[in-house]
Amino acid sequence: MTKSTNPLISVADLKKIYVRGSEHIHAVYGISLDISKGDYIAFVGPSGSGKTTLLHLLGCLDNPTEGSLTVNGQNVFSNDRSMNERELTKLRRELFGYVFQKFYLIPTLTVRENITLPFAFYQKNEAEQTADRLADLLGISHRLDHLPKELSGGEMQRVAIARALINKPQILLADEPTGNLDSKRSAEIAEIFHKLNQDEGLTIILVTHNHALAESAGKMVELRDGRLV
Amino acid sequence: MPSLFGIAWKNLRRKRLRSLLTIVGIALSTWVLVSLLGFNQGYENSLNKDIDNLGFQVLLTAKGCPYEAATLMLKGGTGLKYMSESIIDSVIANPQVEKVTPMLMHAVFDPNKGESGGITAFLGIDPTTYPAMKSYLVFQQGQWFDQPEALEAVFGYEAAELEQREVGDLYLLPEAEVEIKVVGVLKRSGTQDDGTIFLPIKTLQKVYDVEGKITSVGIKVQKETDLTAYEDELYKMQDVQVVSMAQVKQTISNLVATARVMVMSIALIAILIAMVGVMNTVLMSVLERWQEIGIMKSMGAMTSHIFKLIWFETILLTFVGGVIGSIMSWILASVTDTLIRSVLPYSPTSSLVQIDILLALKAIGIIMGIGIISGIYPAFKAAKIRPIEAIRSTDGEI
Repeated sequence: MTKSTNPLISVADLKKIYVRGSEHIHAVYGISLDISKGDYIAFVGPSGSGKTTLLHLLGCLDNPTEGSLTVNGQNVFSNDRSMNERELTKLRRELFGYVFQKFYLIPTLTVRENITLPFAFYQKNEAEQTADRLADLLGISHRLDHLPKELSGGEMQRVAIARALINKPQILLADEPTGNLDSKRSAEIAEIFHKLNQDEGLTIILVTHNHALAESAGKMVELRDGRLV
Repeated sequence: MPSLFGIAWKNLRRKRLRSLLTIVGIALSTWVLVSLLGFNQGYENSLNKDIDNLGFQVLLTAKGCPYEAATLMLKGGTGLKYMSESIIDSVIANPQVEKVTPMLMHAVFDPNKGESGGITAFLGIDPTTYPAMKSYLVFQQGQWFDQPEALEAVFGYEAAELEQREVGDLYLLPEAEVEIKVVGVLKRSGTQDDGTIFLPIKTLQKVYDVEGKITSVGIKVQKETDLTAYEDELYKMQDVQVVSMAQVKQTISNLVATARVMVMSIALIAILIAMVGVMNTVLMSVLERWQEIGIMKSMGAMTSHIFKLIWFETILLTFVGGVIGSIMSWILASVTDTLIRSVLPYSPTSSLVQIDILLALKAIGIIMGIGIISGIYPAFKAAKIRPIEAIRSTDGEI
């Protein structure tokens, strides 16, 4: 993987080992890589290859077992020290946006409320304007007052993307973002990601089984048995 | 932009039936709580009112059972011992005494009462002193007797209804076979006087051959009198018993203490059930939203935000339930009154359950306090969710 001088995310000999009784499962085993600002990376590989676990580690959602992880120059995890939950929450809020296969929209909130949900936890100026701009960018302006159950799968994923972008993150992480969509909607999401990377300079890291989506990324990285191939 | 409070409110509306049932549980508990608190304050006030309506603060009776004396004060009694009329002179001689009124309670068997006969009680009173002490008694028809020895009677409201008598009717005194004329019927007073048949004391003494005898003396003392000291003075008299307002209250309070404990226990159980209900509802809601809460944490929600969110839900549930329960207790106060009255050994005549806004606010405060305590565990559970656990899991685990 690329080694840059000033990477946004840097991991070295990263391991994640799950213990099930006497069995040790190496979900991620000794991965080292650097991700620079503006990169668009797709992790691909068969099920159980460790790509989603790696995404969770890079996104500071999970703690590695060994190795080191540095994000935006901050030591998130190393053998000496790891961030506490409060520090991790702050880091996630400021740097990351997350998109998941199952969207995870709050069914009782409208599209606008779902998009601006992060602001329920911390105040930011121009929340409404940002929401309008993102809705416009993602083509869901006409759906702002609707509930999630009134949307199609593609529209729900757009709302989830808008929610992930509302705090103006530097890195967008997406786990199987097209897993619940048909090929037409998948192509639309791929187009959106491409635009966000090219036009907004957003760093995007995604995990997918969708070849078309993976090919639209600038870099495609394959994993097998927890290792980079 | 949603607020934490708004999210909490909308979430409660997600499972409407469950929220509704929880609110009903809380409302019922609040109803019990408000009614109990209303009873505690209402019973005391009602008892005071009854005793104030006696018109005198101290009752002097012949020595005997204190419970019988208390009953005499409030309901009338039978089989009492007599005192000599001359005792009045020694009582009135005390400068601390403002007014006295002698009374003679006499009960006889009336073979015409009901299907197989029954006891009828008469109260002999002094028409010159008694009406002044009982100024709250108002006539529906007629007036008090003219003469101290007139063959006349005044019927209380219920007594007149029971005997079906009006002013001008004649009434045959049982056993004595003497006819008296009804000269007055009182309006309902809500006191024991409603069921009383009043006769001039001299007439009653003469007809039933108890001349010179009385059963009690009602004493009203001067305003500045130290009641306890005065009662001590009365105790020095031979063969009399002093029944003070404080004693009567104490005696009755002792009688109802058991009933109060029972009602209190029911309230406590109801509150505990509501507490478990609230905890169950909120905990279920947390477990169902395990992933949602985890996603919120991945968006930057701190532990404190999630704790607050879940706590708001608990507070909302208890507040709505508390308000509905308070309104319910106010509307159903008369039903509660009847229910409580049926289990008490003695009930004052006026309303037993008195509910005011302050009491309702106090009850809502208590219920919300209980709700807040019940919400701690689910809120803590939710606040501790780690994003990765939530994303990986399908549902939460207790």
